[in-house]
Amino acid sequence: MIALSDVSKDFVLHNQGGAVIPVMAGASLEVAPGECVALVGNSGAGKSTLMRMIYGNYLCGAGSIMVGGLDVARAAPREVIALRREVLGYVSQFLRVVPRVPTLDVVAEPVWAAGGSRSEGEARARDLLARLNLPERLWSLSPTTFSGGEQQRVNIARGFARSFPAMLLDEPTASLDATNREVVLDLIREAKAGGAAILGIFHDEAAREAICDRELDVSGFAPRVAS
Amino acid sequence: MTPLLQVDGLTKRYGARLGCGDVSFDLYPGEVMGIVGESGSGKSTLLSCLAGHLAPDAGRVVFDTRAEGARDVLTMSEPERRMLGRTDWAFVHQHARDGLRMGVSAGANVGERLMAVGARHYGDIREQAVDWLGRVEIPADRVDDRPRAFSGGMQQRLQIARNLVTGPRLVFMDEPTGGLDVSVQARLLDLLRGLVREMGLSAIIVTHDLAVVRLLADRLMVMKDGRVVEAGLTDQVLDDPQHGYTQLLVSSVLLV
Amino acid sequence: MSVQTAMDEAQVDQAQADRASTDQAGTGRHDPAYNFAYLDEQTKRMIRRALLKALAIPGYQVPFASREMPMPYGWGTGGVQVTAACLEPDDVLKVIDQGADDTTNAVSIRKFFQRTAGVAVTEATGEASLIQTRHRIPETPLTEGQILVYQVPIPEPLRFLEPRETETRKMHALEEYGLMHVKLYEDIAHNGAISTAYAYPVKVEGRYVMDPSPIPKFDNPRLESPAIQLFGAGREQRIYALPPYCRVESLDFEDHPFEASKADHDCDLCGCGDSYLDEVIVDDEGGRMFVCSDTDFCATRRALGHAGRLSGEALA
Repeated sequence: MIALSDVSKDFVLHNQGGAVIPVMAGASLEVAPGECVALVGNSGAGKSTLMRMIYGNYLCGAGSIMVGGLDVARAAPREVIALRREVLGYVSQFLRVVPRVPTLDVVAEPVWAAGGSRSEGEARARDLLARLNLPERLWSLSPTTFSGGEQQRVNIARGFARSFPAMLLDEPTASLDATNREVVLDLIREAKAGGAAILGIFHDEAAREAICDRELDVSGFAPRVAS
Repeated sequence: MTPLLQVDGLTKRYGARLGCGDVSFDLYPGEVMGIVGESGSGKSTLLSCLAGHLAPDAGRVVFDTRAEGARDVLTMSEPERRMLGRTDWAFVHQHARDGLRMGVSAGANVGERLMAVGARHYGDIREQAVDWLGRVEIPADRVDDRPRAFSGGMQQRLQIARNLVTGPRLVFMDEPTGGLDVSVQARLLDLLRGLVREMGLSAIIVTHDLAVVRLLADRLMVMKDGRVVEAGLTDQVLDDPQHGYTQLLVSSVLLV
Repeated sequence: MSVQTAMDEAQVDQAQADRASTDQAGTGRHDPAYNFAYLDEQTKRMIRRALLKALAIPGYQVPFASREMPMPYGWGTGGVQVTAACLEPDDVLKVIDQGADDTTNAVSIRKFFQRTAGVAVTEATGEASLIQTRHRIPETPLTEGQILVYQVPIPEPLRFLEPRETETRKMHALEEYGLMHVKLYEDIAHNGAISTAYAYPVKVEGRYVMDPSPIPKFDNPRLESPAIQLFGAGREQRIYALPPYCRVESLDFEDHPFEASKADHDCDLCGCGDSYLDEVIVDDEGGRMFVCSDTDFCATRRALGHAGRLSGEALA
């Protein structure tokens, strides 16, 4: 479902003397449907960069990134947009929303964007928010004023509002208490059981062991810096 | 899928100075494209050329018309182009007063486009006007008030209602949130997002506000000195900018 | 008109002839200090060319090089120039202002042409070959061969909604008339009905939207006429026209159709029930009377013996 082959990436900082910073080289990996793979490696090793490249958020320097038959490295923007709408879900660490939009709408939006009805989206949002123990009085408020843990739960609910065939999870259990952490792990298990190919970053070792089929150390993708 | 709009080599000069040079892109149904750049970068010139308000010196703007399929807008007769401007196209100006008739009521402002395409039943026109005022969150009891009596945010929402009442397929927006308070901006952005999604609109939004394009636009073009220096997915261009100017633009945004 | 059918036609002719006999006959000579009908021949030819174009494109505003006339703008300089361009020595001229032959403006213009053209003048609508009018169409139906010249203050019906001339000309050219209905919409929204009572916009031959000059909308149905109708706007330098029998429709909405309304009274002098009326305040106690605005029409009826509510009373 997700297959990377010989992917590399440099950052070029034009406003700092054109400094070229190579961040990745020769990255290859595969995630099959129903499989959950954890990216591991030291902080700064390029786990998030790799995830962002798969999502199309960072440009790919070389190589190919196949997701559901589409090469994200070469795809036109509209193809990536369609991929994100239909195939590839992403739960980031940060919630980015229009201010003043109610939480319920934030969570339901991916359902509506995919053509789901108003009531369908709302029902799914209610179900997820309830499962994640977000107090119902908060649902009509904008999440911009919520605490870190509350925002993270809204973010997860939004990420799981639709069932995607492929998912990227960036620290989904960070800043959650034990109960909610368990709910999130259940959601991931359900997605796996539904056949989703999942690639994730989990600093939470117990969580990793609980749901991941294998680990992949990204240190091997670090570019060889000419010394 | 056929592109709704195909732009090819669009160039406009003001004497020796370049307004916009060799701009090409395709816009597909349902896509929202942002155009960013600082003042004088050519983004407003480009928008005016696209919308037919300004005649470019070279290039093609091919629109997929409902009746006749792909037509080059620039070689259309003026009546055809103006008809397009009242039916399939809409233009939201930065200053509401440029897009509204300030001397007539809110209802008449919304109804004008309907009457322009032949609506002749007062009751129906009024019903549609009230419905649209509701959709842009203007109370029905303000239908007979003139826009002069409205706040800036309300005027802008009225302009949007006036533009969308005939069910256009392509909306041009020039700094739609410029000059509004931030709290009013947020509400307008949410409204626009909802309408774009519900009506399946395509839109081209010119702005210098990167936060606006991040929330509204699927795709982004960055302009400098009349040229497109970078284009791509909005979040990709903003998070992994490739061109020096874009990197400068993104790193210059103040955070709160 | 029902009034016409009610009267014996011969009687009407006689009554009008009696009154016409009091009018000054044409001298056949004009004041030699002036060219015939004041304007020089080249100017008249220029205006006639504009008139022919206007007749060929009903309702279209033809620009013309309006001349300075010996009267202020707003007093009918456009109408006077059109009349001057149309007059022939054997024409019989009638001039009315709001239907009346005896108001300052009407008298002045009549005298102007008596002096500069030496033409015969009349107050009888049926006898006139050319009628210059301000703000009315005579009640007596016009006939083929007659010319009605309107004085027009603002020829552009779109002016109050769209101030740019460049834009209004484009709108006419492209038949973009949605804006006219915006005005009518506003009327209904604010007043519950179309409250435009005069200068009510019309569409001519299904093409051009035209301002019929500030005639009451009561007169609009009579814009479809056997006579030639010419419109002159001196200050705005525009001429437009309605050839005989051309189609003139008053704009409206399906659910608010056009109505030619008038005051709900009979004429207090001649008793006519379907003529357009002026309201006249007669004392300081709120006393009022309604009289035909068309003085010739009213006088002719009275000469035939028709009487209204106050016709017996002495009027100051």
